[in-house]
Amino acid sequence: MSDGASAIEDVQAAGTGAGGSWHEAWNAFRAGRGALVGMAIIATLLLAALGADLIAPHSPIEQARDAALTPPAWRADGTRAYLLGTDELGRDMLSRLIHGTRLSLAIGFVSVALSLLVGVPLGLVAGTFGGWTQVAVMRLMDVMLALPSLLLAIAVVAILGPGLANATIAIAIVLLPHMVRLTRAAVLEEIAKDYVTSSRIAGAGPWRLMFSTLLPNCVAPLIVQSTLGFSSAILDAAALGFLGLGAQPPTPEWGSMLAGALEFIQRAPWVVTEPGLAILVTVLGFNLMGDGLRDALDPRLRR
Amino acid sequence: MTAATTTTRTPDPLLQIDALRVEFGPAASPLVAVDDLALHVDEGEVVGVVGESGSGKSVAALATMGLVDPPARIAARRLRFAGVDLLAVGERERRALVGKDLAMIFQDPLASLNPCFTVAFQLTEVLRAHGSSAERASARARRERALQLLRQVGIADAEARLDAYPHQLSGGMAQRVMIAMAVACRPRLLIADEPTTALDVTVQAQILDLLMQLQARERMAMILISHDLALVAQAAHRVVVMYAGRIVEAGPAAALFDAPRHPYTRALLDALPEHNVGRARLQALPGVVPGRDDRPRGCLLSPRCAHAVQRCRDVDPAVLCADGREVRCHFPLARPGANDA
Repeated sequence: MSDGASAIEDVQAAGTGAGGSWHEAWNAFRAGRGALVGMAIIATLLLAALGADLIAPHSPIEQARDAALTPPAWRADGTRAYLLGTDELGRDMLSRLIHGTRLSLAIGFVSVALSLLVGVPLGLVAGTFGGWTQVAVMRLMDVMLALPSLLLAIAVVAILGPGLANATIAIAIVLLPHMVRLTRAAVLEEIAKDYVTSSRIAGAGPWRLMFSTLLPNCVAPLIVQSTLGFSSAILDAAALGFLGLGAQPPTPEWGSMLAGALEFIQRAPWVVTEPGLAILVTVLGFNLMGDGLRDALDPRLRR
Repeated sequence: MTAATTTTRTPDPLLQIDALRVEFGPAASPLVAVDDLALHVDEGEVVGVVGESGSGKSVAALATMGLVDPPARIAARRLRFAGVDLLAVGERERRALVGKDLAMIFQDPLASLNPCFTVAFQLTEVLRAHGSSAERASARARRERALQLLRQVGIADAEARLDAYPHQLSGGMAQRVMIAMAVACRPRLLIADEPTTALDVTVQAQILDLLMQLQARERMAMILISHDLALVAQAAHRVVVMYAGRIVEAGPAAALFDAPRHPYTRALLDALPEHNVGRARLQALPGVVPGRDDRPRGCLLSPRCAHAVQRCRDVDPAVLCADGREVRCHFPLARPGANDA
């Protein structure tokens, strides 16, 4: 996503990087055009999610039976009242999409937060203590990684039962091994440095060492992985919703909207296209921002 | 057998190490990093430890503090610091003791400060754990003391530097901050592991001056690990020369440098550029330090020693002690140059 102009900006950013490493990172982030686009997309989505009740022209579950499958407004037979048309039950597509943003972002946030909450301590413990602790934790994570992510999610939902909350937990479990591995790798890199030894000489115990000395130095890759984890969480949530294992009707979740409208794909293509596009744009936004953050925060890629 | 005896021995040295051994790797064919090391440091004494890279200087220091983790194996007959048997105390007591009375400075000052926190945070963290009761109680007292420490180690504009992050400091300044952290709790023993190696020559002298000033003022004992002979000769009261994990020679600094008894010490001194003025080539010691697989049966230096005879290659020499000096050699050099070829 970077071109000649941003490369020059990059050099300038490196040259003037006197105001702290976060300032430097922001300059590097700003230099990538894709990252800014991603951030703009995410900001828009965030606004839509927060203000859904104010922005949405209709209720997401209110059914206008006489207006079922109304085409979008730009088509000759469309109407201004339903800008993006209606679905098979006469619910306003635009309103459902806006409310769906709220769900998708919530699923992404909660599942990433859950996997961080469990994964980071596990990774810290594995990296700091080594030995059998590390073998136990890492082999378990390898087993989880060996299963295809969607299959694992489906298996977890099959055990817990379908529903939005259980789908979120399933996605958190799918994201977990990535967080653990990443944290451990960062710990192994940092723990050999002198400041850790110096902290141990000063009498820091293993817990203080992990959370207070090591963790702040490991956040950069975790921020990147969390952003990218957001997009795969949203995608997985949509997949689970499509399979009927995630959000249940009439919840306006993008994946389940896709599933419900599948039979109308020829008569009313917008009912399928619009949620699909919403998923695409959201995932693209998070991936762009994740890549931008990686470029900005990972010193090996910056040089 | 072991060289824990010298004429200057006091009843209870601050640090006493006896027969320390550190091994890495498989038990069948271990890499011996430190072997049969005996060392004592008295209150207020500066002991220099010199040797090539890989001679076990740093590992010995870290092992003393219990900072070499399994799978490395550490064994010692005696490991006493400030009257406490470090082999017997639990992890928690060791941390409390070592954190307060023992401090360490490293080679790379920028790597030894935590990049995520300000100078003030890192200084006050030490004080919060091990400071006086007033310092442990009040954040303001800690900040006051941190400022005073920075001034003490000669940092200009100390007030502003308190809130700087490590990457905003120069190497010399970072090393001064490290020294401030190390002396914050008035340790009784400071281990300086190549404290000036990563610095500019001019800064090196300043840092060494600062260390020696603090050492004299606070009466702390110091172990100065270095491969810079000039630096050690300048600063240390007593010098220990290490080779391949062992002490090959030990004695008062002046005597040891004037008249080295071990051929290895001799070779180190001969390799100094100052000793080679007028020669076409610098004298060098041929070969490298033996590793895991080529450790000689006899004297460890025998493959590289100019004076080695068959006995050196067959029999591992014991430590000879005479007039306050120790040397691990079958045929110690008598006077400077006497055994020269």
